[in-house]
Amino acid sequence: MTEAQTPAAPAGPDDEAAEGRVYTVSGEDWDELVAAANEAKDFESGERLVINMGPQHPSTHGVLRLILTLEGETVAEVRASIGYLHTGIEKNMEYRTWTQGVAFCTRMDYLMPFFNEAAYCFAVERLLGIEDKIPERAQVIRVLMMELNRISSHLGGIGPMGMELGATTIFLQGLRMRERVLDLYELITGLRMNHAYIRPGGVVQDLPPGALEAIRAFLDVAPGFMHELRALIDANPIFIGRTKGVAYLDLAGCMALGVTGPMLRSAGLPWDLRKSQPYSGYETYDFEVPVTGTCDAYGRYIIRMDEIDQSLRIIRQCIDRLAARGPAGSGTDPVMINDAKIGWPARLSLGPDGLGPSPEHIAHIMGQSMEALIHHFKLITEGFRVPAGQAYAAVESARGELGAHVVSDGGTRPYRVHFRDPSFTNLQSIAALCEGGQVADIIPAIASIDPVMGGVDR
Amino acid sequence: MTGPKETPKAGSEETHGAAASQGPVPPVTPAAPATPAGAADEASGQDAGNLPARLGQERLDEPVIRTGMFGVQATGDTSGYGRLRVHQVPPVNSPRPYGSYFDAVADALGDALEATGLRFSDAIERVVADRGELTFHVRRERLPEVAAEFRDDPALSFELCSGVSGVHYLQDAGRELHAVYHLLSITHNRRVRLEVTAPDADPHIPSLVGVYPTCNWHERETWDFFGIIFDGHPALTRIEMPDDWKGHPQRKDYPLGGIPVEYRGAKIPAPDERRHYS
Repeated sequence: MTEAQTPAAPAGPDDEAAEGRVYTVSGEDWDELVAAANEAKDFESGERLVINMGPQHPSTHGVLRLILTLEGETVAEVRASIGYLHTGIEKNMEYRTWTQGVAFCTRMDYLMPFFNEAAYCFAVERLLGIEDKIPERAQVIRVLMMELNRISSHLGGIGPMGMELGATTIFLQGLRMRERVLDLYELITGLRMNHAYIRPGGVVQDLPPGALEAIRAFLDVAPGFMHELRALIDANPIFIGRTKGVAYLDLAGCMALGVTGPMLRSAGLPWDLRKSQPYSGYETYDFEVPVTGTCDAYGRYIIRMDEIDQSLRIIRQCIDRLAARGPAGSGTDPVMINDAKIGWPARLSLGPDGLGPSPEHIAHIMGQSMEALIHHFKLITEGFRVPAGQAYAAVESARGELGAHVVSDGGTRPYRVHFRDPSFTNLQSIAALCEGGQVADIIPAIASIDPVMGGVDR
Repeated sequence: MTGPKETPKAGSEETHGAAASQGPVPPVTPAAPATPAGAADEASGQDAGNLPARLGQERLDEPVIRTGMFGVQATGDTSGYGRLRVHQVPPVNSPRPYGSYFDAVADALGDALEATGLRFSDAIERVVADRGELTFHVRRERLPEVAAEFRDDPALSFELCSGVSGVHYLQDAGRELHAVYHLLSITHNRRVRLEVTAPDADPHIPSLVGVYPTCNWHERETWDFFGIIFDGHPALTRIEMPDDWKGHPQRKDYPLGGIPVEYRGAKIPAPDERRHYS
């Protein structure tokens, strides 16, 4: 079957795949390849062409490698090769305290750090049995950050999708709006990515002064951005031609392959963990679950756009609730659990030499309370202990069900952490989406899955 | 400040003593975890287990997995923690009723298995309801049949499998490797967990790709990281590590690796060689 090989590097004489003809392509020479294949009558004789795509390819959404078997322009087989971004995050977390684990898992799916942190923290909190003791303010801030993250993640999917289809304007417009969300992250957490903001027991610090106003300002301009983007894409004949009816996966296929998130909702099933198994108080927010029944790449795009609108709606409610609760950092409205044996003791504040523990906290532990000093020391050197057992917590992330399976042996470090990453599971469907279609349809198919290789490989 | 069953919540000691036969008991919260302390009291209150002299005896009888603190093996620790004994979680079996929807799931599974000519205990070793989650420990040779019932029986209807998570329990002799499956029923909005074990000497577990095709990559990942061989998998090859990699990196006997780093004259050891407090 494998009659021709086109490895990225020139094939040596003793190359193991030397069976059949070998064409060496180095980019921008597709015409020469087709001419050579035509000359050798590869297509007419029904022979197949094996093409390597990636891992360094501008249209694979990351370091994803695909091995395509082509019959002319028709895709006979697609096999994905992953692992290029494996960093051993799960193993590393076994060697850090429970709190430090957040700083690792936030780096998995780098486009949706808050969901990674949230799934892990929910599992740890379930193991600790403190799920219902998380302060209300922390819950609202968590919802706020997760919904901001849904917006930035979807824009980070749709923008590059436009670019991969050849529309740089969509890319730039998408990233322009995403930049506004990243500015909010920077204001609130200090970082544009890898935040480690959501911690077991709450969030690491309250919103800074001016955060609510900044988010309100974003909410004022966001609908305009969205309108511009939709005007560019929604009825664009080229975009519709490339995505409508492409990358078809129906409900049965989604169920069998474990596909969740916008892909599942594009098959017509309104399954959203925020509605069906609410966490962080999602049942008290007013929002809808967008669904299409088209099962194709265009439907997934529409769902992502509609979800951004719904996220804006939820953020508006979060802002109203936070404004009603009074100013940040009043002390009576904590963002960390009121349990001296779990809650991170230090409150950060900005001093002349940078961000550090607040002077009030230092005065408290050094001058007033021996017990507080002991708690501070123990929590920061050892960390807290988590009762033995296992828990699985799932959140509806931007890409689908993100689950954290966390096992404790009763110590200060996780015994095992496993993430069921939606990108990993959804990417399995690439063969079902592409086989039998055209080569060109592979690009919108990958983009409609929206895999993030950091999450796939972890 | 550290007890054998250290929990972050003070004042849960009585609960621990009375429910020690239940194994790990989470700090009891009003959210009603699956092993209510009341049920445990009734269960152990039948015999003389609640005499003060016997309280907590079961806990002391459990196998010890760790002694001491601060990583000190012999002397050197004058804090009194040197003789601290930390006990392993014993295999637990939750008594009925499990609470929540768990009893309905267990009953439906029993009926479904009986229809195929299997007794419940033939396929399921034990059932654990803990922290609001239900776990069926499945005998490994029965895993595909049980999973098929979970998927197909209308009363169960667990359509979606969230994949496999491997866990390596080095001390659990004869059952070192665990494969954990999380199933989700969209019809009934329920979750269950299936757990299967295999010894290190015979790391074979039947593949679930035939029942849940989504397990394809997940089983490859678990093979890659833990060395569990999923019999019947169409192409069990490494997925994250390079094809020629030696060993299975997420097993507990595989070192993390790393080199000491020098920073301003001080040497900071690799993460797995630093002092730790577990």
